[in-house]
Amino acid sequence: MTENIGELVAEHPLFSGLPVDVAELVGGCSQNVAIATGQLLLEEGEPARSLFLLRRGHVALEVHEPGRVPLVIDRIGPGQAVGWSWMFPPYRWHFDARALEPVGAISVDAECLRSKAEADPAFGYLLMKRLAAVMLDRLQATRIRLLDVYGRDVAH
Amino acid sequence: MDLSASFVVDRAGLDRLLGALAARGYRTIGPVVRDGAVVQRQVSSTGDLPQGWHDEQAPGHYRLHQDDDPSLFAWAVGPASPKSEFYPARSLVWRATSNGDVVTLEQPREDSTPVALIGARPCELAGMRVLDRVFAGGEVPDPLYRDRRATSFVVVAECGTPAGTCFCTSMGTGPGVADGVEAGYDLALTELTSSEGAQYLVRVGSERGAEVVEEMGGSPAQSADFAARVAVLEEAARRIDRKLDAGNVAQLLAGNLGHPRWDDVARRCLACGNCTLVCPTCFCGGVSDTTAVDGTVERHRQWNSCFDLAHSLVHTGPVRATTWSRYRQWLTHKLSTWHDQFGTSGCVGCGRCITWCPVGIDITVEVAAIAASDGAVPVRIESGGDRS
Amino acid sequence: MCTDAMLLTEVEPRLNPLTPATYRIVARRVETGDVVTLSLEPTSGPSPFSFRPGQFNMLTSFGVGEVAISISSAPGAPGPVEHTVRDVGAVTHSLCSAEIGSIVGVRGPFGTDWGVDGLDDKDVVIVAGGIGLAPLRGAISYLVDKPGRTGRVYVLVGAREPDQITFPDDLKRWERDGAVVKVTVDVPDVRWWGAIGVVTTLLHTVDFDPARTVSLVCGPEIMMRFTVRGLVDLGVPLRAIRVSLERNMQCGIGWCGHCQLGPLLICRDGPVFDYSEALEKLISERER
Repeated sequence: MTENIGELVAEHPLFSGLPVDVAELVGGCSQNVAIATGQLLLEEGEPARSLFLLRRGHVALEVHEPGRVPLVIDRIGPGQAVGWSWMFPPYRWHFDARALEPVGAISVDAECLRSKAEADPAFGYLLMKRLAAVMLDRLQATRIRLLDVYGRDVAH
Repeated sequence: MDLSASFVVDRAGLDRLLGALAARGYRTIGPVVRDGAVVQRQVSSTGDLPQGWHDEQAPGHYRLHQDDDPSLFAWAVGPASPKSEFYPARSLVWRATSNGDVVTLEQPREDSTPVALIGARPCELAGMRVLDRVFAGGEVPDPLYRDRRATSFVVVAECGTPAGTCFCTSMGTGPGVADGVEAGYDLALTELTSSEGAQYLVRVGSERGAEVVEEMGGSPAQSADFAARVAVLEEAARRIDRKLDAGNVAQLLAGNLGHPRWDDVARRCLACGNCTLVCPTCFCGGVSDTTAVDGTVERHRQWNSCFDLAHSLVHTGPVRATTWSRYRQWLTHKLSTWHDQFGTSGCVGCGRCITWCPVGIDITVEVAAIAASDGAVPVRIESGGDRS
Repeated sequence: MCTDAMLLTEVEPRLNPLTPATYRIVARRVETGDVVTLSLEPTSGPSPFSFRPGQFNMLTSFGVGEVAISISSAPGAPGPVEHTVRDVGAVTHSLCSAEIGSIVGVRGPFGTDWGVDGLDDKDVVIVAGGIGLAPLRGAISYLVDKPGRTGRVYVLVGAREPDQITFPDDLKRWERDGAVVKVTVDVPDVRWWGAIGVVTTLLHTVDFDPARTVSLVCGPEIMMRFTVRGLVDLGVPLRAIRVSLERNMQCGIGWCGHCQLGPLLICRDGPVFDYSEALEKLISERER
């Protein structure tokens, strides 16, 4: 039984509400994947080859440093997406992403996605709008976090 | 002095050897049976040595039993190695006292009594030579270690009865030692036991050895004696069934740092550090400074183990916080990175780590398991997965 | 355990390489909240050792312990030898709180250096994160002051917040004397008009020639990994990058086995390393 991968893509919030043919286009680059607890979806420094659309389970974005447990930057869950470094050269992951529990995701091949976006600018623009919206949202949230508003007294 | 001359002596000849060493001021350390194990203690006569004792060794298993065998050396190795004679488990490095703002440093007056080892095994001799590179072969040699080694008199006893955990044949360190001054011993004994009792083929490996051997008495060795030695060593080698592919292991482990076997062994390992205590080449040690109530400060140097959590402590915490990390560090250092650091393997195939591991981890089995699936890595991303 | 019965004799440092020489703290300067620079002079005689930037000494706080500390003054600079210490544990706390006039022990210098001698015609891009500026300070002064250099010196510094910037006077001085100096913080305050962001963001704000650049990088390992990536992305070859690494260090002389990083002994083969794929593989190897 093969459920249409395009339908799964269309269900994912990153692509929901987009025309069916867009979801099919992305589905053409995609496959269903599973990651066991504790395994890395992304490994810092390794080639960045996919966009992951999480469907089940949570992932921690982390950085390793000797003498410390991995520093958690963020936690990403079902309905969200993991991995942006595939978008721009040198296409290498900047962080680790570790499955905190069994993870089910759609893995979208980056080279396939990039070439389809180059070939079809309208699709490319739709894709970029969706990705940019998520990235902006994350950036704002990260900026506020940097202020450490609950932390020590702010003398100034 | 003819270093190529070999002799045959009986037990009385060995006693004369011990006497000659004592007369020259050596503190002679040899094997004795104490508390159910063959350990290293000061000896003065062959009566102190383990006559008729035999050892039975397996992963996590060590037993001795005695019979009426006249042999003194019909056992393999005990838990301790000669390491502690040259690199003590704990020693005072200096003591500092202060008077106003003048700090005076003193060090222990060195005990210059030279050490003689009687009955060191070929693998133990190999272990000493590995440590020589660490402590006497670097840019900053350890003067105390170097002097103790330089003044030591080493009488090797070749192995006729290897134990179940031995794999010296794989590491090129036994069961015998080669002829000649390059081998690193002063005298080498091969015990030849027959219905008439135990005799010893004595080969000379240094000027110092040649000088002492003259006092042992004995008759020149005949070809039958050399043939008997060969038979003993061949039988010993034949009995060793543990193997490790020494030519390949350094590269194998360096290329398999992510192998799932490390998870497997980490589930069994207790991180107790026994292996590092009994190993003839483990050298990790640290310094610790202490203050007495009168303000006197002492610095001690002592053995550490890479299985200690604190071994890899940086200011934020230990770099190797799990048994998984620490076991991997120990084994890859011993069999792989030691080559990069010191130009030899760190392992001499004595099997102690296997015998004295409370859960019986066998490094030859671990290496073979990794070799059997060279390149295996845990699956990270699996295609498929459910549709829920 | 030492008893009265043990005979003691005057120490001979040549025969006892774990013995420190006694030095006096002649000056102390608080750099930031937990960072102090100690100026040390031998208790008797001139300083017996010469050093190269990037090397470290083992400093003993008598009765507390010994710790590896980078030498932060430039070789040949007049006056006492400076060591910059961050208060992170028992020994460093003791050193940071020690009063002027206190006696400490010094062993060294140990390790490899930044190799500043052969860089006259190179652009040197120095990237320092946090306390990482301390091991680089001597190298920067040496390069800035060296006559006859044709390459430029770029000093890119990252700190957590403005009051954690170390050596602000040196930064101004280097800039006056011809270096390009840029500082960025992760978390600014209202008075801060400088760059904000991690130190890698400064890389493309300076105009160096990657083909004739050597880069010296020091800071937390995360920062060094990201900085190397940033430099490589701008065209600097891996082998033109040098980093300074750190692990547990107890003897400094290759005896204790604590500073191992795979096949390397950091006290002997480092702390300064030429970057390479092999080194990258080593520092990417995740422990647990």
